[in-house]
Amino acid sequence: MKLPILGAAALAAVMIVAAGPLTAQSPPQDDSEKEIERYRQMLSDPFSNPGFLAVDRGEALWAEKRGAKNVSLEGCDLGEGPGKLEGAFAKLPRYFADADKVMDTEQRLLWCMDKLQGLDTKDVVLRRFSGPARASDMEDLVAFIANKSSEMKIQPQLSHPKEKEMAAVGEALFYTRGGVNDFSCATCHAEEGKRIRLQGLPNLSVKGKTAQETMGSWPTYRVSQSALRTMQHRLWDCYRQQRWPVPEYGSEALTALTVFLQKQAEGGEIKVPSIKR
Amino acid sequence: MIRTFIPLAALLLAAGTATAQERPAQAVIDAYIKSTFGKASAEWQARIKPDDSLAVCNTTRNNPSSAESDAMLKRESARVVYPADGKFLGDWKKGYQVANNGRGGQFSDPPGTVAGGNCFACHQLDPKEVSYGTLGPSLAAYGKDRKYDPETIKDTYTKIYNSMAVVPCSNMPRFGVNKVLDEQQIKDVMAYLFDPESPVNK
Ligand code: HEC
Ligand code: HEC
Repeated sequence: MKLPILGAAALAAVMIVAAGPLTAQSPPQDDSEKEIERYRQMLSDPFSNPGFLAVDRGEALWAEKRGAKNVSLEGCDLGEGPGKLEGAFAKLPRYFADADKVMDTEQRLLWCMDKLQGLDTKDVVLRRFSGPARASDMEDLVAFIANKSSEMKIQPQLSHPKEKEMAAVGEALFYTRGGVNDFSCATCHAEEGKRIRLQGLPNLSVKGKTAQETMGSWPTYRVSQSALRTMQHRLWDCYRQQRWPVPEYGSEALTALTVFLQKQAEGGEIKVPSIKR
Repeated sequence: MIRTFIPLAALLLAAGTATAQERPAQAVIDAYIKSTFGKASAEWQARIKPDDSLAVCNTTRNNPSSAESDAMLKRESARVVYPADGKFLGDWKKGYQVANNGRGGQFSDPPGTVAGGNCFACHQLDPKEVSYGTLGPSLAAYGKDRKYDPETIKDTYTKIYNSMAVVPCSNMPRFGVNKVLDEQQIKDVMAYLFDPESPVNK
């Protein structure tokens, strides 16, 4: 999709306003928050959301022949059958019998790259989060795949015993405190209407609208970071703010938390990629 | 630190929150934690190993039984180290820096980063400052409202040094116990709350 000139100019303006340091403890001032809201409304036109550029790049990557086996990802089974993309993201994470594991979108993609394409994923994992002059295959692929579930409802998969375990462990992890500040997810996300400095904190401890709107809006284009970000990145950033160690990309605790959050968000409408501060 | 073993009965008791599902065995949870954080250094691993009090907070979701609360208050009170010189108040201007600084303890912080108390993240302090969080109560006019009472000053030192010596499973960091702030930083932030010249009391 193309980025109209007007959209690009508006975005450049937002980026200047929003380009604070990435530490969440030094948030933008009230005024810039309002400015961003204004631009966000302007940008509700999907054609000017740069997240859709990631969708396009992801589509190309999905079809590209790569790896020792020189095949595309089109044979990858994301849970709905090989190559079936419609609605697959809405049901992820889920249990995959071939791997005997509950996997989120990113874990499953890495599995397909390895098993199907014979691709050495080291470099892909190294570029898991994009940066200036560093594209991320994972972000682009997730944008593409998630977009194929846009306007569908979040359908947490909780029938397999391992899916049930994931949800239960994810819930326990949500309340597990630690790090030098004794923080858990619940410290920041378990009460209505709270904020840290000026940043509003969604209450994810209860099922319903807040959880639905939150989970239904990832992956998202983060204006402050000029990048499309996935739930893996959001959790990485929250564990950073929680003063925990660096979480391993695509690992069990992150997937467990995602299963739990999807459960909280059950029935929410997916509208992705969205655009956020 | 010693990991507490929690009997099943306690786990069931802990399921007080309406929608909470039964908490999986600690060993199961720990296996997930290991998968995600197992590669971190020993120092980082130690930071996420709950001490006896935090282990109770985790299993009860910050709702310890009254017996657990009593034990926690006793245990945490014993960990408070009061200034040898008996002085609780430092320099309020430096205290502002401590209250305003949210750095420290994050894996993205460069080595040697001086940690702050990040009080503004959760509390209103100087009423003129618009950027403050609401996870904790407003502390505007804190000293003035308490008439700069010496007993209250000591209690507040206790609170900042170790929040759980006052409120079991408090959501406020245990700044002294976890060595986030040193004694001088705590004295300075104390002065920010209790000096009549501090903007907090204006
Ligand atoms: C120290 C506070 C803090 C902790 C601890 C914390 N978060 Fe966050 N979280 C934030 C902030 C700040 C935001 C960003 C809100 C914004 O940008 O408006 C956020 C955003 C999020 C979002 C996205 C919200 C949205 O609307 O897009 C999710 C999901 C989330 N956190 C989950 C978690 C989980 C799960 C944990 C535990 C691993 C956690 N957080 C721990 C502060 C925290
Ligand atoms: C993560 C959020 C958080 C941070 C950061 C934080 N606090 Fe708190 N604080 C709380 C909460 C929640 C309470 C209320 C519960 C309690 O008393 O434990 C509280 C209570 C207090 C009280 C007692 C208020 C009363 O009722 O009289 C004082 C004093 C206080 N905090 C000072 C500080 C200072 C000073 C700092 C910075 C060095 C700080 N806090 C940082 C969350 C926080």
